Amino acid sequence: MSDVSLTVNGKRVSGSAEDRTLLVHFLREHLGLTGTHVGCDTSQCGACVVHVDGRAVKSCTMLAVQASGSTIVTIEGLANGADLHPVQAAFKEHHGLQCGFCTPGMIMTATDMIARHPQGLDEATVRAELDGNICRCTGYHNIVKAILAASQAMAKGSKGKAKQAA
Amino acid sequence: MYSVNYHRAASVADAAKLLKGGDAKLLSGGMTLIPAMKTRLASPSDLVDVSRLKELQGVKVSGKTVTIGAATTHYDVSTDEKLKKACPALAHMASLIGDPAVRYKGTIGGSIANNDPAADYPAALLALGATIVTNKREIVADKFFKGLFETALKEGEIITAITFIAPAKAAYQKFRNPASRYAIVGVFVTKGKDGVRAAVTGAGDDGVFRSKEIEAALAKKFDASSLDGLKVSADGLMSDIHASAEYRANLIAVMARRAVAAANA
Repeated sequence: MSDVSLTVNGKRVSGSAEDRTLLVHFLREHLGLTGTHVGCDTSQCGACVVHVDGRAVKSCTMLAVQASGSTIVTIEGLANGADLHPVQAAFKEHHGLQCGFCTPGMIMTATDMIARHPQGLDEATVRAELDGNICRCTGYHNIVKAILAASQAMAKGSKGKAKQAA
Repeated sequence: MYSVNYHRAASVADAAKLLKGGDAKLLSGGMTLIPAMKTRLASPSDLVDVSRLKELQGVKVSGKTVTIGAATTHYDVSTDEKLKKACPALAHMASLIGDPAVRYKGTIGGSIANNDPAADYPAALLALGATIVTNKREIVADKFFKGLFETALKEGEIITAITFIAPAKAAYQKFRNPASRYAIVGVFVTKGKDGVRAAVTGAGDDGVFRSKEIEAALAKKFDASSLDGLKVSADGLMSDIHASAEYRANLIAVMARRAVAAANA
């Protein structure tokens, strides 16, 4: 057993877990954050993607104790109260989901992807960047649309803020 | 996963000490080891985490000499601006590993210590004539990769860095398995001051290897046309559900031509 201390969605949390406990199970079972899903459990599908120290990683392929000391953001940490995060809003607007199982991982991957491409995204880049996220319902078409729209909305938003600041 | 004891090493020296107890294994990005433990293909008693050690991080470029810390992630290699200038082929190769989430965690040291027969880095390091630096010695790539999942590393030895002289020309081309993103065939070619080197991953029955046929053909002229009509033997190549040995032999010639064309572009 080891002590695991994390900052999850802005809150400091700690608990005791077996060393073999995966981060995704710690989030779901110890912290009750069941928005992060376990899909394939073999590092392929990306339903378990969360941000660890600002990087989108697969929480089914990391031990909770490995993450101890890190800052984690899960799907529950994106919205600002009742206001959806722009990526969440775009998935809703463009119907980027059907059953919704892959959606938390898709959105966590998308926010990381948009952050790494401040110059903007094109369709080919979005599709290539979604390599590690599998959706069995949508054919990806509306997911790609949603991510492109969110990328544009967030670029406009940040320009707007820059103007306000100036 | 079987029960395991996790240790976070404070230094390479500390990691070496921690490795002595039981059946301990080093943990870096964990992108292969943790899945192997989950399926019980690996069952170490202890894990010694070296992924956070600052002394194992980062890319340094000094003139033509490139040194990459063993715990540098594929993402950090693929996006390093100094490396993109000194040896863009290696940065490009790192960008083709796995998927973005895997590249954020997986490390160069972990990849070569595992020496998966379909991994990308072994081909790159062999073609670059790289030197693998450990806490005990330096090993040239030609003597490091020993076969399927086998390396020259001794019990308790820890890779600390990889170093090489950036060649004048280099490129990597990979025909990837669309599900696993591992190479069905990958060919890394370099043209440096010591001549041409071509290394093949994904295809050999005994893991990564240098192709003497390709190197000989390119020694005359480093041009894709030098490989026209090149027949690669299927002897010693892998056959599996993804591709037959004959198919892989053909792919080696195709990937080699594409790699040389990319290196000259």
